[in-house]
Amino acid sequence: MTTLIIISVLPIVLLYLGLYKAQKALLPVTIIGMLVALGAAVCAWNKDDVAQPIYHGMMLFNNYSVAFSVVSIISTILILMLSKGYFEKISNHIAEYYAIVLFSLAGIVVMVSYHNLTMLFVGIEIMSVSLYILAGIRKNDFASNESALKYFLMGAFSTGFLLFGIALIYGSSGSFDLDGIRDYVLTHPRNIDPIFYTGVLLIIVGLCFKVGAAPFHFWTPDVYEGAPSLITAYMSTVVKAAGFAAFLRLFLSCFGSIAAFWSPVLMVITIITLFIGNITALYQQSFKRMLAFSSISHAGYLLFAIVALGAASASSIFMYATAYSIASIIAFGALVLVRQQTGTDDVDGFNGLAAKNPFLAFVLTVSMLSLAGIPLTAGFIGKFFMFSGALLQYKYIMVIVAVVNAIISIFYYFRVIIAMYFRSAERAEVQIPGYYKFVLGFAAVVTIAIGVYPSLISGLLI
Amino acid sequence: MNSVANTIQAVPLNHYILLSALIFSIGVMGVLLRRNAIIIFMSVELMLNSVNLLLTAFSVYRGDAAGQVFVFFIMALAAAEVAVGLAIIVMIYRNTNSIDINVLNRLKW
Repeated sequence: MTTLIIISVLPIVLLYLGLYKAQKALLPVTIIGMLVALGAAVCAWNKDDVAQPIYHGMMLFNNYSVAFSVVSIISTILILMLSKGYFEKISNHIAEYYAIVLFSLAGIVVMVSYHNLTMLFVGIEIMSVSLYILAGIRKNDFASNESALKYFLMGAFSTGFLLFGIALIYGSSGSFDLDGIRDYVLTHPRNIDPIFYTGVLLIIVGLCFKVGAAPFHFWTPDVYEGAPSLITAYMSTVVKAAGFAAFLRLFLSCFGSIAAFWSPVLMVITIITLFIGNITALYQQSFKRMLAFSSISHAGYLLFAIVALGAASASSIFMYATAYSIASIIAFGALVLVRQQTGTDDVDGFNGLAAKNPFLAFVLTVSMLSLAGIPLTAGFIGKFFMFSGALLQYKYIMVIVAVVNAIISIFYYFRVIIAMYFRSAERAEVQIPGYYKFVLGFAAVVTIAIGVYPSLISGLLI
Repeated sequence: MNSVANTIQAVPLNHYILLSALIFSIGVMGVLLRRNAIIIFMSVELMLNSVNLLLTAFSVYRGDAAGQVFVFFIMALAAAEVAVGLAIIVMIYRNTNSIDINVLNRLKW
């Protein structure tokens, strides 16, 4: 709870700092404030026996929300550390950027700890409205404008579906409260109102839009490509993880007993998402666009835990989202550095990087291996948990499809590694500032550490 | 207050559901078919307002205020969205002198 208050007050402080032209103090204040929020979240860990819904049943801070808040906050800290010197190039009003990122983080904390559909809606909107602004912060860059408009129109459109679904569920169950809806489902095993089912389907549509699952993914590549790289990093890691956390929380607590109704739908969505994400990623020349499509395919893997809903789902989504977020942060950090030197987003820009920057090439290799799911990296453990969860429920076809897709994805992830190590190109050494070294090194160490000792975080949410 | 509720309940609930679904579909079609950013935006508002209508009707039929409170949340957040959305549209207009979304094809769909 304290976490949410700190994260909501901090951006207001930052806006005042911006008003009084204290540009140098912005980043330190942000990081310190977020570390305090992180500490507050960690302190709330394992108070499960006293975790009751607060504010008239609006929010519930249990271990689930603490775990996802902590991952979101850590990822945001890493991304903000990469942004030192980055926003200054875009405009002079940098206090606003930090403030808006933090506002959207506040929305994310609400999203992972709601206990009432009202708060789900409010959290998603706080996060989305902030992101519309962030996607378009390069006011004179046409790609950024376009990405903001597309994101805005698609986001508002999907909110409409989500709301209609919520309204129908309210109409049949008479409650917005997660417990109330669960009780309705449990007490009417035979005669659930048809409009309740319609509501569930519309909520699936709305949430799949938000997390970028096919066939509602078409905004993702454009928005991710047009937005500034670090904002894309934020959108494809923190926001995606939070979207799945919210998705799972709703389905785990309310719709578990009618899984026979919605799981075929989600299964089809998962399979389409995997194929579209991976096969389209094969054809991309731009590294950034390739990461956008790869984020669609990772949405497909994350959906596994929801299709195979069970006690272990929370743990596997947590694992996978952590592994994916950390590896993606490395990839986007490396992209920002290489782009500053070569001025291009293309994979060719990485040619011969290993000869001049062995450290950068190494961490990017770790990140690509983790995204591809090679053993001894966190990504492998994430995929392992997802697949074993699905196998426990005898979803063989899905696992076979997913393994085929994992093999396809190795092809495009390894293209980057091959470009770095085996292609030669005339290039100067990329200057890596100290804080980049810290973030990239830290993320690589975490990726390998989780890959070697998965028990570090795997047992947290069971 | 009671008379308002009675007036609303004079129409069967199914009619409200059908009307809302119809308005919602008009909004969805508007978003998918129109090319003008402002019109698309208006269609989105139509979708949100059909939800408001539906929530109000359910709320009256159930005698539960929660649905009407939710409507206020939707109104407030829709207003926030309008502020940001119109700003984005103005920004686009300044750069391209157009609000037709067909000019926005620099990035592939």
